[in-house]
Amino acid sequence: MAKAEYRLILKHADEPGYTVDIDCYLSHGGYQVLKKALAMPPDQIIQEVKISGLRGRGGAGFPTGVKWGFINHEKNTKPVYLLCNADESEPGTFKDRQIIYKDPHQLIEGMVISAYANRAHLAYIYIRGEFAKGAEILEKALAEARERNFLGKNILGSGYELEIYVFRGAGAYICGEETGLIESLEGKRAYPRIKPPYFPAVLGLYMCPTIVNNVETLCHVKHIVEMGGAEYARIGTPNNTGTRIWCVSGDVNKPGYYEYPCGAITFGELLYEVCGGIRNGNKLKAVIPGGSSAKVLRADKKYKIPKKKEDGSTEIVEMGLEDIPLDFDTVAATGSMSGSGGIIVMDHTRDMVECLRNIAEFYAHESCGQCTPCREGSLWMKKMLDRICTGGGRPEDSKLLLEVANHIAGRTICAFGEACSWPVQSFVEMFGEEFEAKQRKESSLEILEPLTNRTA
Amino acid sequence: MSALIKNPFNHDLPPLEAPLVNVQLDGQWVKVPKGLNIIEVAKRFGKFIPHYCYHPKLSIAGNCRMCLFEMGMPKLDANRKPVVDAEERPVINWLPRPQIACATQATEGMAIRTNSKLVKDCQEGVMEFLLINHPLDCPICDQAGECRLQEYAYDFGKGRSRFVEEKVKKPKRVDFGPRIILDDERCILCSRCIRFAREIAKQDVIGFVNRGSYSTLTVYPGRVFDSNYSLNTVDICPVGALTSKDFRFKMRVWFLREAKSICTECATGCNIIIGSRENIVYRLTPRVNEEVNSHWMCDQGRLGFHYIHSKKRVTEPASHLNGSLFPLEWSEALRTVAQKLMEFPPSEIAFLVSARLTCEELYLVKKLMETLGKGTEIFSEIIPRKGVADGLLRSADLNPNTKGAIGIGIGKEGRRIEELKNKIRAKEINCLFAIHENPEEVGIQEDILSSLSFYVWQGLIPGPAVHKANILLAGASFAEKSGTMINIAGRLQKLHKAILCPGRAREDWRILRDLLLLVGVKERVFEKINDVFDAMSKEIDLFESLSWNTVGDLGIDLSQKLKNRSIL
Amino acid sequence: MNATEKDLPQLEESFIEEAERIISQYPVSKRSASLPLLHLWQRHFGFVSPQGVQWIAEKLDLEPIAVEEIATFYPMIRQRPLGHYQFKVCRTLSCALAGSYEIFEYIKKSCKTVNEVGHHVYVSEDGKFSVEFVECLAACGNAPVMMLNEEEWMDVTQTKIDAILNHLIREKRKEEF
Ligand SMILES: Cc1cc2nc3c(=O)[nH]c(=O)nc-3n(C[C@H](O)[C@H](O)[C@H](O)COP(=O)(O)O)c2cc1C
Ligand code: SF4
Ligand code: SF4
Ligand code: SF4
Ligand code: FES
Ligand code: FES
Repeated sequence: MAKAEYRLILKHADEPGYTVDIDCYLSHGGYQVLKKALAMPPDQIIQEVKISGLRGRGGAGFPTGVKWGFINHEKNTKPVYLLCNADESEPGTFKDRQIIYKDPHQLIEGMVISAYANRAHLAYIYIRGEFAKGAEILEKALAEARERNFLGKNILGSGYELEIYVFRGAGAYICGEETGLIESLEGKRAYPRIKPPYFPAVLGLYMCPTIVNNVETLCHVKHIVEMGGAEYARIGTPNNTGTRIWCVSGDVNKPGYYEYPCGAITFGELLYEVCGGIRNGNKLKAVIPGGSSAKVLRADKKYKIPKKKEDGSTEIVEMGLEDIPLDFDTVAATGSMSGSGGIIVMDHTRDMVECLRNIAEFYAHESCGQCTPCREGSLWMKKMLDRICTGGGRPEDSKLLLEVANHIAGRTICAFGEACSWPVQSFVEMFGEEFEAKQRKESSLEILEPLTNRTA
Repeated sequence: MSALIKNPFNHDLPPLEAPLVNVQLDGQWVKVPKGLNIIEVAKRFGKFIPHYCYHPKLSIAGNCRMCLFEMGMPKLDANRKPVVDAEERPVINWLPRPQIACATQATEGMAIRTNSKLVKDCQEGVMEFLLINHPLDCPICDQAGECRLQEYAYDFGKGRSRFVEEKVKKPKRVDFGPRIILDDERCILCSRCIRFAREIAKQDVIGFVNRGSYSTLTVYPGRVFDSNYSLNTVDICPVGALTSKDFRFKMRVWFLREAKSICTECATGCNIIIGSRENIVYRLTPRVNEEVNSHWMCDQGRLGFHYIHSKKRVTEPASHLNGSLFPLEWSEALRTVAQKLMEFPPSEIAFLVSARLTCEELYLVKKLMETLGKGTEIFSEIIPRKGVADGLLRSADLNPNTKGAIGIGIGKEGRRIEELKNKIRAKEINCLFAIHENPEEVGIQEDILSSLSFYVWQGLIPGPAVHKANILLAGASFAEKSGTMINIAGRLQKLHKAILCPGRAREDWRILRDLLLLVGVKERVFEKINDVFDAMSKEIDLFESLSWNTVGDLGIDLSQKLKNRSIL
Repeated sequence: MNATEKDLPQLEESFIEEAERIISQYPVSKRSASLPLLHLWQRHFGFVSPQGVQWIAEKLDLEPIAVEEIATFYPMIRQRPLGHYQFKVCRTLSCALAGSYEIFEYIKKSCKTVNEVGHHVYVSEDGKFSVEFVECLAACGNAPVMMLNEEEWMDVTQTKIDAILNHLIREKRKEEF
């Protein structure tokens, strides 16, 4: 039997009869937490979020309470803005979609609470352009909330005022990066900003202090306020608190989204039990654990994971991929990251060079083009992989791919630099033999399915 | 510092009250103003951090990533006190990631490495990236010789390309504006030109379109980048993507001789470099002077020099006799002029002098008038030129040395032009000496000039009534002479001779000096322009205690003196 | 030149009202409304023409280059018309693993989108259909995924495509009567 899900965020999402209407939400206890929150001093909410140990669900896993603490409300004289990052653009990720399409009011409630805690009176939901329907749902939900005074002036008689608007993106991955998002929202090309000096909490939207949080993160805030930070922190493991929604796609029998407490389930349990195993009875070859920018993990490799012992000291234990528990820190210890929770699975028939080529094409397409290493390097890597996959590989290409990637990561304006070079670094490092074979033009790999049926 | 143009940014100038902080620069502890940009910190100590997108007067873009350096901060102990080593020096925590120097400001205790292994690797990486899609057509590129891509490729690159894929194709020879051609394949997308257009020229018509490696610099369709400052983008473009239509393909830059001078197209006196070869001026480019033009100049000033090579120039002294022009020897021409000037009573002589002359020339004119006047004041006037001040650099006064003329005491700022006209008509003035001015320009037409008994014209390009002149003296253009001028803000600045006068034309101060000798001033012979300046400084109190050598390349502020004399 | 007067299509009152409503959502800076207005324009006219860029720029007191810069940055905003029915097939890894390249080829063949008008973008002769690759649509668990105009389709198969096309052709016939 597969381990049962623990649905906190997606509690109602797939319940039969549960709709996006405000009445449905209200009949399930909706907006009660908001009432509680509005009776609390804002700083107490921030405190609860700090105690909860909540880490951002957008990709970087940054502690939300710490982020909120960056704004000094004693000194600040500028307006504060709250931005909800609903760009959901990391390939392999489809969790925010579930919230927006199935339980929009949960997000709105989480946002009003978060905005209140951060003294924001204007907030935007930056939703990816492709979620046209999602934007509609949110617009309607916001109108309902406004009508019932969960939004607008003097919310529920508290004297607190907030407006939330929906802003639609238009097909640019880089708008998921928080400063790219801000530029986009300001009506410009989504060029991420240099940090320093443009940290959102200091010089964010319209050069004012701004909090950017992921959809799922903001929903968690609602539950933290509801149950209290300490109680919430009991879900999951220390420093890896709360639940996470793992999005599984690729070569499993039952792809989908599954919510579990952090650390409560291993890769093996998730893929073999929850997701019904690898398709066609094939063997697991590789997993990308946190969206396509995360480093790929090889199924037959052992990973050295530091483990805290009873006495507080740490020991290094060797673990197979399948035994690694899904949380923030253990996945990070493999050298990869749990990122946005997008788990992409590849079975033994997959040609890893082709897979990387697919990913590289994504990044070459999505680079904003602002800074030299990423702009030039992402397309170069894509072109090399095209050449390698179409029979023009050379023995020196693996090394060159690595060197190009190494010249990007850590040297760019935004973390897209890492996002585009980590896959290259890890694929080449983990599956070097496939690259070499291809570059030697050996036919032994013909059993591998071509990923793309590129007839043209 | 107060350039006449208000730059929105001055990253190279720390705020005056900035305290000094200690930073470790490649192992050496030095003191620098807090907040100073790291590129500038390095520069102050003779180190060069390569950069493309950074420009001290534009907003920071941080996009080229050429200026990456290694940064460290002092290691702090539990009490936030710096940890020190055996030699009592703070221990540095080096950040694993390189930082961009252009967006980093000096703070206390900061450690900087500009040439470590990591830094070099970063520079090589960026150079390689910049070159992969670059056409490498240096042999036909106008920027060759002053291209930062070419320079850095030698200094910071690996000197080889590992790129075997197809390059991205982009538009070539794009009409960027009336004076500029853009080659998009050469553009490294540093956005300097865009920031200049937005932040300084305030003509927001250029920008990037498309995305990623396909990002392309463009002018909004149907618009033109025709700002009067547009050519500054050609200067600041680090590569050969933007080229001046005027200069394109005319001359390889490494053949150009450079002379420091100033623009004489308006009273601002932007500092320039005159680029010439074999007595031909090919271009003017701005020279940095934070008191005047900062890094910039206007297009009109930049392109306004072509008249100096005009076919219409008078290049030898001559006389008019019965409607025909006869070349003269200088000695003969000057003797005739001197003799004639001495024949008229001082009250019948008038000097129409240009405020485009240098102070030295004006001073010699003044001496000539004094000698001829023998106590009576000789009539003199200048022709004012009015333009429109644009709030950036251009002044409403289009004469470069009006303040000098007033300070030396030539003319009445043009208020007496009518009077001059009437006096000639009434035959009260019978001898006119026009120096670098055509009286026709202010309505002293042929018929009026006809009533003169003697008319000497000295200058470059004569007007339609020049046949009324009895003697023509061939003078020199701004590029052919040295001297000083006082700009609109009261700054005394130097011109330096870049080329020789064409034909038998002569520097004006030499012409005037010889006339002085001929009218009898013998006590002093000026051999060099320095001598004239130094004499002037003794006689004219505005220049008191100055000498030619003390007026440096950036000029000297005389505004207080001018204010005291109500000239400013 | 004032584009609004010269070559603009007649804009309906409701369009302008909608534009004003959108602008009112950005009380701090009208410029923020640029992308939303581009969306609005495209929804009405199918694509953003130079006149659209001009109109938006004037509406927001911007230089047209500012609007042009963003119109060309975001792939969803297009500068020329595409098919009446626009298939956007996800190309990214999870969908590719699930066969999206085959789906793409199948749609190309079924809709006879023979004209390549851009990288990975094809239009049929009659302009009725276009098919293009897009990047991850954030529904990877239901790969392959595609959009038909603004509608999302999950777990796409060739059979599904056939059904959709049959439906579209029937609809089309209805319209013609
Ligand atoms: C290239 C790139 C793409 C990103 N895409 C997303 C995204 O689609 N959604 C998201 O929530 N965060 C994304 N992020 C992370 C955001 O920058 C930011 O860290 C996040 O929105 C913060 O929210 P959180 O603290 O709640 O996670 C992306 C980051 C990078 C560098
Ligand atoms: S790293 Fe890439 S996406 Fe990020 S700013 Fe640079 S070019 Fe743009
Ligand atoms: S044209 Fe020159 S200045 Fe302008 S962006 Fe390109 S390289 Fe930079
Ligand atoms: S502003 Fe005046 S001095 Fe400066 S370049 Fe233009 S014309 Fe010459
Ligand atoms: S000079 Fe371009 S990033 Fe610093
Ligand atoms: S990869 Fe196709 S929807 Fe994500």
